[in-house]
Amino acid sequence: MPAAVECAGVWKFYGDFPALRDISFEVPEGRCLALIGRNGAGKTTLLRILGGFSRPGRGEARILGSSPRETQARRRIGYLGHGISIYDELSALENLRLFAEMYGLRDANAAATGWLERTGLSHVKDGLVREFSRGMRQRLAVARAFLHGPTVLLLDEPFTALDDRAIALLQSLLADALREGSTIVMSTHQLREALELATDVALIQRGSVAHRGPRTAEMLADPGWLYRQYAEG
Amino acid sequence: MEFARHVAIILRKDLRSELRSKEAINASLSFALVILLLFNFAFDPSADETREMTGGLLWIVFAFAGTLILNRSFVRELPNDCLDGLIAAPISSAALFLGKAGANFVLVMAVELISLPIFGIFYNVRWAQQAWSLLLVLALTTWGLTVIGTIFSALTVNLRIRELMLPILVYPIMIPALLGAMEVTGPLIAGKALDGDLLTWVRLLVAFDIIFTALSVSLIDTVLVG
Amino acid sequence: MREKIIYIIAALAAVLLVRNLYVIFLSLPDEAQQGPIYRILFIHLPSAITCFAGFLVAGISSAIYLGTKNLRYDAIAVSATEVGLAFATVVLVTGSIWARIIWGIWWTWDARLTSMLVCWLIYASYLMLRGAIGEPTQRARFSAVLSIFAFTDVIIVWKSIEWWRTQHPGPVLSIRTGGGRIDPAMESAIYWNVLALMLFAIVLVMTRIRQEEARREIHGMRQAAHAL
Repeated sequence: MPAAVECAGVWKFYGDFPALRDISFEVPEGRCLALIGRNGAGKTTLLRILGGFSRPGRGEARILGSSPRETQARRRIGYLGHGISIYDELSALENLRLFAEMYGLRDANAAATGWLERTGLSHVKDGLVREFSRGMRQRLAVARAFLHGPTVLLLDEPFTALDDRAIALLQSLLADALREGSTIVMSTHQLREALELATDVALIQRGSVAHRGPRTAEMLADPGWLYRQYAEG
Repeated sequence: MEFARHVAIILRKDLRSELRSKEAINASLSFALVILLLFNFAFDPSADETREMTGGLLWIVFAFAGTLILNRSFVRELPNDCLDGLIAAPISSAALFLGKAGANFVLVMAVELISLPIFGIFYNVRWAQQAWSLLLVLALTTWGLTVIGTIFSALTVNLRIRELMLPILVYPIMIPALLGAMEVTGPLIAGKALDGDLLTWVRLLVAFDIIFTALSVSLIDTVLVG
Repeated sequence: MREKIIYIIAALAAVLLVRNLYVIFLSLPDEAQQGPIYRILFIHLPSAITCFAGFLVAGISSAIYLGTKNLRYDAIAVSATEVGLAFATVVLVTGSIWARIIWGIWWTWDARLTSMLVCWLIYASYLMLRGAIGEPTQRARFSAVLSIFAFTDVIIVWKSIEWWRTQHPGPVLSIRTGGGRIDPAMESAIYWNVLALMLFAIVLVMTRIRQEEARREIHGMRQAAHAL
């Protein structure tokens, strides 16, 4: 059985500069990998390749056995990046219905209204996103990412800039997802929230994997431990 | 068919977004009107002179006004990183492209079809004598303009000077199609039927459309996904 | 090693150009109708051929880049385009000078001159696009797409403008007319100059490629330094 998320010798070049160098790892189904690393280490670059937004210069990334660019893979991927990917000029309901239709959900309206409820946005379903508060937009973004029932979740610093209500929502959704056997790859600076959920960690440094292993008790107790053990400088 | 459904979803989304704010279409129409006005001041044409200029004038108006709409195409996906949402969705880049091109086509055609009667009034020209042929030429040329404008909109969306770059890239490449359109539109408005020499130009427009639609559909994925 | 090749080709080009200039100015007679100014044709026409060769190489190189993602092909594409554009400028300027002397006007919207001007604009816009994108890989990708569009259009531009106008002297080369329209000595001089200018163009392209690769290397080192 292929791993849910896999990188085999992935390199990414910007001009001659290698942003990612020979990244290889696997994440079996049902595990949650925390990608740890300083700014500029390559976490976002790696996640965007896994999410199908860019192609590796060398090597291969695979989601559920196929390239992230294939439609069957994209149907199973839920991505939450730095931008919320929600249209300001549409209403909350219209936004979710649009994504439900794009993902081929049978009853787009039901799926959309269901998720609006789950994220506490039913009362503003017809409001334009432009008028929403920051917290509401973040919750809508979470709804968009989970709407189509993805089995692989890719999250780029998801807890950054979330208010406490949104953090609680996301944590509960991620915990549910793990329980149901989904796979998560999450890059993070907020080590505590992420390490609570993580089953595995990988430390990315200057584009390479400096350490890859299970999340240990030491890491959970002292998030800085990982940096001290493996990081240079 | 799945592909057609995806094209329709994107087309509807873009049209809905635009019709809600009407920013681009208002700007485009205003611009068209202003150019029509300015030309009259610039040349103060007699009836005969107008007949000579019709093709050229109309297509300058349509090309310039159309670019305002085409620019919006991918720019509307910039806020909140919405383009990522579209690229991540399980729809092919080709469907995304054709949906956007389709929406642009509708909007630019709308501007053209509104501008025509106004042109007729301002310049005292009866333009509907060969209405169906005229519509055909309008549609063919507008599709060419739309296709080139949409894919170049994707190319320039992340540039600081995108409003400047899009016209600079689009107009030179469009010259053969605009030339053909200008050569046919004048005679059509004057009442001449579509035959002989004029048909050669129409064939050029068809070839232009087919070649560049095929090229755009094949290359759009390269542009969107690095 | 590559430097040596550049020098050898440059030397060849120089020798050939000198020989050609001698032939053009000293050994060929004046043309019956035009007088001495016709000699500008020996720069004008070979420059046009070299220019299109450059654009063709750029188009092919762009396509190969998109297939292989090897930035060497991007360097070739931009170099060939720049050199092609330079020769296009030569075509426009020499054509303009010739027109001024023969027809009394600096510019005429005849088919070939207009088409060359449109091509010039298309490839100038290519260079503008490159100038606007800082990141080398994205710049390579986007300009490769544009280069393919550009070359496809070049063919359409020439055909369409030809239908629109013809005031330019018709084709003179035997390969296009089947012989008889031009003195064989003159025709051979044209081909010799095509060779000379092509060699010169190759030297320019190779030099530019080296410069482009050096620039990319520096950019990469700068990125690496910032990442430390």
